[in-house]
Amino acid sequence: MAYLPNGADERRQMLEAIGAASVEELFATVPERLRHPQLTLPEPLAEQDLVTELERLAGRTHPLGSLDSFLGAGVYRRYVPAIVRAAIARPEFYTAYTPYQAEASQGTLQTIFEFQSMICELTGMDVANASLYDGATAAAEGVMMAVAQTGRRRVVAAADLHPETLAVIRTYGRGRGVEVATTDDVSTSIGAGDACAVVALPGFLGTVEELAPVAQAARAVGAISICSADPIACALVAPPGDLGFDITVGDGQPLGVPPSFGGPHVGFMAVRQELMRRMPGRLVGLTHDRHGRRAYALTLQAREQHIRRERATSNICTNHALTALAATVYMARMGGAGMRRVAEISVQRAHALAGRLSALDGFELAEPARPYLWEFALLVPGDADDFARAMRRQGIVAGLPLGRFDPDRREQLLVCCTETSTPASLDRYVEAASRFAGPVEVNR
Amino acid sequence: MSEVAEPGMEMSRVPAPEWAGEEPLVFELGGDLERGPREVRTGVADRPLAELLPGVALRATPAPIPAVPEPVLARHLGRLARRNHNLHQGIYPLGSCTMKYNPAVDEELARLAGFADIHPYQDAGDVQGALELMWELERLLCEITGMTRISLQPAAGAHGEWTGLRMIQAYHAARGDTQRTRVLIPDSAHGTNPASAALAGLEVVTIRSNPDGTVDVADVARHLDRRAAAIMMTNPNTLGVFEKDILEIAGMAHEAGALLYYDGANLNALVGLARPGDMGFDVVHLNLHKTFSTPHGGGGPGSGPVGVAEALTPFLPTPTVARDGDRFRLDHDHPQSIGKVRSYYGNFGMLVRAYAYIRAYGSSISAVAENAVLNARYLQSRLGGTFPMAVTSDSMHEFVATTKGGRVVGLRALDVAKRLLDYGVYAPTAYFPTTVPEALMFEPTETESKRSLDLLAEVCAAIVAEAERDLDHVRGAPYLTPVSRVDEVEAARRPVLRWRRAE
Ligand SMILES: Cc1ncc(COP(=O)(O)O)c(C=O)c1O
Repeated sequence: MAYLPNGADERRQMLEAIGAASVEELFATVPERLRHPQLTLPEPLAEQDLVTELERLAGRTHPLGSLDSFLGAGVYRRYVPAIVRAAIARPEFYTAYTPYQAEASQGTLQTIFEFQSMICELTGMDVANASLYDGATAAAEGVMMAVAQTGRRRVVAAADLHPETLAVIRTYGRGRGVEVATTDDVSTSIGAGDACAVVALPGFLGTVEELAPVAQAARAVGAISICSADPIACALVAPPGDLGFDITVGDGQPLGVPPSFGGPHVGFMAVRQELMRRMPGRLVGLTHDRHGRRAYALTLQAREQHIRRERATSNICTNHALTALAATVYMARMGGAGMRRVAEISVQRAHALAGRLSALDGFELAEPARPYLWEFALLVPGDADDFARAMRRQGIVAGLPLGRFDPDRREQLLVCCTETSTPASLDRYVEAASRFAGPVEVNR
Repeated sequence: MSEVAEPGMEMSRVPAPEWAGEEPLVFELGGDLERGPREVRTGVADRPLAELLPGVALRATPAPIPAVPEPVLARHLGRLARRNHNLHQGIYPLGSCTMKYNPAVDEELARLAGFADIHPYQDAGDVQGALELMWELERLLCEITGMTRISLQPAAGAHGEWTGLRMIQAYHAARGDTQRTRVLIPDSAHGTNPASAALAGLEVVTIRSNPDGTVDVADVARHLDRRAAAIMMTNPNTLGVFEKDILEIAGMAHEAGALLYYDGANLNALVGLARPGDMGFDVVHLNLHKTFSTPHGGGGPGSGPVGVAEALTPFLPTPTVARDGDRFRLDHDHPQSIGKVRSYYGNFGMLVRAYAYIRAYGSSISAVAENAVLNARYLQSRLGGTFPMAVTSDSMHEFVATTKGGRVVGLRALDVAKRLLDYGVYAPTAYFPTTVPEALMFEPTETESKRSLDLLAEVCAAIVAEAERDLDHVRGAPYLTPVSRVDEVEAARRPVLRWRRAE
């Protein structure tokens, strides 16, 4: 049977040792009427047949690599150095448990310590935790920290937070009676009754605002400032720590983690020193062993659910250690300079594409006055869904039609370039789009 | 004759220097701060960044993270890997954690481009295979649990608990039953149960357990009033004992208008053999990283799908996967949904692995539970002379031993745990459940061979025998691990949570 090592002989010997006549007897405490339900399950599959079946399903998708993809919107197809996959494919890492027994888990512990350290360098913050589930829950955890710290229950969030992030903040808030208000101008909207300000770097539409005033305004009213940041953006622009934010959260997916249909990715959180003891999740600290050698251990566990139960800072237990390891290896291989170069290439390509597209009749930037990194909202001739469908027929995923998030943006597409968007694919985009160009009669 | 050598007695066996020494941090490996790896050319006419990003403050210098040359980084990772216990090296008998072997093929399958290289915002037409897999997995898990529908969104067990409790709140609220603000949770429950309740904004009422570890039915009855939103239970419970009164408790809860929540961390004892849905549970979370063998990854990512009975389906997180004929799509039309609990649709990569795992067993899946319980009971019987057991009742897939009242006065669970590491065996879960003093909770899982269980039993016996002769030696363990006993007090007292460049 699939993954069971003991044969009939061994099982018989084991039953004898237990003093039971049958395996069934071991289930005697389960009420008879609950036992052996009639289940409709498919036949077991041999490994070879299993592979055939899963390859059939995988064959019924169109991977980004088989297309010219300009989809981003929070999940990015970035080049992943092979050593990242090689590292996370090692059983020493992927089959290990949470490093509770420090002496037998130094490998995992040290890589987490390295992750925490590099996230701090990238975001400009003092302390980072070992990871959270994803960027959206990291933002929600940040909001819960602010609520606990300030004793206030209102959140002022930038309207251009990622819609998934905003939705998750709302779900987390609802249970605890936390109200979430959105605005285009957080720094003037935040007031003395507010727990926190939450803004994004960059915004959902790829744009970068001046964020330092938000951190200042929040501080002035005793609120916590939270920035939800793209880690690759942090390699290029002044990071949230330098702008004065109290908490930086984000999704580490761009750091060597494949899109995987939206998960698993990896949430990160980094804070100012003063907020360290309010952090959710695991923290790894440097210490020593009996011989005075450097060693690492999980620490400040009095914040956590297994010690503090209902008074814990969060309920999180299992986090996203392996995807955090991918991010660790990615950051260490690329370095700060390599990540900045990745950001620059993305900016250059996005701006080149935006320039060429907006030169076409009927196409223009939807937010021409706002600086953007590697994503931009593009007005297309007519309905963006129709345009995207037509482009798709040419093997191009032209971007994300924005009408599903905002009916006023039905004619807009969020277009993304990364270092994996080749110059040739940019040419194909422009060439295919030019067939839709022409005098615009659509009512804008 | 015992096959177990006695390690750590002679200093000549101290391991090689690169294994025993300190491993430099990635910042200390001498990488390049100014340049990353060789880069691709932009391939477009570059313009000055200041022109492209007017008014945007840029970093003056790159983030101070060195670009470590690949050969150097590879060895760093290789040496760190050797400093980890793992399932390819030895048994991992952590109670409550279900550290079973992770099939190699599942790893390959999850990496197929058709699964790993797809975007959550691609058109449904481009991701039919992924949606079909999710739809099929939901059906399989519904069949196994006896629930009506399952959300695959939650990222881990705790996340599933909180999601389930939010749905329970929504259910009561929709009925105008707004005074139900309390959750009844046994004192032996996992810490995430009360923490999830608090995060949901619910008040925790702790329920006593009986000497045999099961829930005190009278105490449940006492607290089942109009304020009770739900009872959270783990079954078998955290002592590995089946809650034999479960049908009675379910009846009482429903009679009182409360719902019954199942923490599925221990489903490995019952998978294919009995269903939480049939026991009367209204909400069930599963840990795919336990029962369904997705790897633990050094602490995640996991996956914590949550299933509900018919009456709670309107409140499921959005979106769900729907099927129209032979087409699959995401269904966002859930006006009473509690909302989104994380971004996108779940830890899809884990869903692929769990789906493959379930299809490998298919209709024979009950063999998992049968062998898990057989292995645990066998190990328990082999350890009977070594440790006292926490309870006398029959346990299932895991059991709790203790060092208290054992052969050696002063021998602590922690000491046994640390000494086990010297034998290449990971320690059982120590000090959980918190209701048992000096607890050592063993869960061998079904993927251990009899030989492996025999070895573990012999090692435990050897450690207790050693403690009888020389308790201090056991207390000094471990000796053969890459580092000796780690000073956790120092770590907490002077927290150093990151590397800093010397000033
Ligand atoms: C009984 C029990 N409940 C809940 C959990 C929480 O699950 P997770 O770590 O996936 O959040 C665990 C495992 O850690 C557990 O053992």
